[in-house]
Amino acid sequence: MNILVCISHVPDTTAKINFTADGSALDPSGVQFVINPYDEFGLTKALHIKEAQGATITVLNVGGPETEPTLRKALAIGADQAVRINATPTDAITVAKSIKNHIQANAYDLIICGQESIDYNGQEVPAMVAAFLDLPFVNACVGLDINGGSATAKAEIDGGHASYSCSLPMVVGGKKGLVEEKDLRIPNMRGIMTARTKPLAVEEAEGGGHTAAVSFAKPAAKSAVKLVPADQVNELVRLLHEESKSI
Amino acid sequence: MIVVFVESWNNQFKKASFEAVSYARSWANTAGCGVRAITSASAENASQLAQYGADEIATLELAQTGAGIGAQLAGLVGDAQGVVVAGTAMGKIIAPTLAALTSGALSTNTTGTPKSTSPVVVERGAFSSKGIETISLNSGLPIISFVPNAIGIKEEAGAGVMTSVEASGADKLTTNDVSVASGKVALPEAEIVVSAGRGLKGPENWGMIEELADVLGAATACSKPVSDIGWRPHSEHVGQTGIQVNPNLYIAVGISGAIQHLAGVSASKTIVAINTDPEAPFFKAADYGIVGDAFEVVPQLIEELRAFKAAN
Repeated sequence: MNILVCISHVPDTTAKINFTADGSALDPSGVQFVINPYDEFGLTKALHIKEAQGATITVLNVGGPETEPTLRKALAIGADQAVRINATPTDAITVAKSIKNHIQANAYDLIICGQESIDYNGQEVPAMVAAFLDLPFVNACVGLDINGGSATAKAEIDGGHASYSCSLPMVVGGKKGLVEEKDLRIPNMRGIMTARTKPLAVEEAEGGGHTAAVSFAKPAAKSAVKLVPADQVNELVRLLHEESKSI
Repeated sequence: MIVVFVESWNNQFKKASFEAVSYARSWANTAGCGVRAITSASAENASQLAQYGADEIATLELAQTGAGIGAQLAGLVGDAQGVVVAGTAMGKIIAPTLAALTSGALSTNTTGTPKSTSPVVVERGAFSSKGIETISLNSGLPIISFVPNAIGIKEEAGAGVMTSVEASGADKLTTNDVSVASGKVALPEAEIVVSAGRGLKGPENWGMIEELADVLGAATACSKPVSDIGWRPHSEHVGQTGIQVNPNLYIAVGISGAIQHLAGVSASKTIVAINTDPEAPFFKAADYGIVGDAFEVVPQLIEELRAFKAAN
């Protein structure tokens, strides 16, 4: 079985986000980059499938050379090979087209993406890849069972859950639940050593773009908190009604 | 024409459904065109969309999954100047599917109506609410998926001409089972959210959180550590890697306010933090705070709110 795991290279969840002085882009100075948390659940799920029934796992990232350490980390965790599509990922539809081109040139049974990346929060690429390739797609996927050439998947929907079946290949937009937090792996020394010699191919990207970021800004700072004494809870109710008009 | 997809569930509209029509009306007013609503609700029920600005209301038999509906819509937007979809769980699949199939220009997680219409420029949340991106939809059909509760519902009469249409496009998934909790407010579209964290000391203490949510008609939520240790389901986890919410009121009980949690809630209009620790980071992100023991403050708050509800 051939599994493609798409990963994004994103600022660590604890990173303080700043933008360049002209507001045109993220200021990466002092920011540590990691595998997008949603994708990490997908990568671990792929490893579980590999260990249960055998599989070759390819990890793919659309990004510049600076994202290769993130791909190497995925290799150290257990992926077999990596592909970097050489482009700055600024527009979801262009990223999705590049991934589609790679999938068409290779035979994958299962394509796992995180449901979104924690930088641009688009939640666009996985559905677009599925639409371009006319493949079944499950978003917000919190459970996946592969049985031969078919799959059953559990998804979060508004206010509940749904269960679906389909034949492979399929595209998954995954999140926590695909595997649990405790199942996530950190690379061990042997993994880090072998990752150095695993193949990392660089492919060319699809050009163009339908959208463009005009500028970035930080949200306005909150004014100081109004503290209400713990024995005057009625005052909080008054403020919520009369001042903030929340109730 | 601005086309708006209006989601219905068992012939019932959600709040975000009406908001989607209001969004489309606002965009159409700026662009100087009409609004066509597309929905699977019955014609009788769908006719009320005229109150929010729909000039044409087209009803049709829809596919069951977001990808199937996206494929159907792709065949129905040939003459559209723009498309609006609410960013519900379903809408988050429909919008990118439609964008791929029509080679459109998509903004998801959109937080406001267009600032200009040629090209369409909107603001959207990025970096898990730590940033605001202004994005320009330059080439192809502009498609906007907005965050529910971002702009609110506004009544404005539209012509409301009813039609019925057909569309091709099929589901690629077999739906085995759908379970939706009845009588509970769904978290992503809740106007008020009551959330609790490790300060509650154990899952057995969530009774008062649910009671507080009941009094307010709120959804319940929790912090990441609480869902990781299994006190509450993952579906309640609010934060950077969980659900991101933007209610009118977010009440955080016994949550310290780690940067990852704040990223998921900072779009809330008003935030109340209740915590024993006066140094808890949540107090820097909150509008109102009470430094005190949740086990004393929350029961009092329930009592005060009951009295308030009875008097108002």
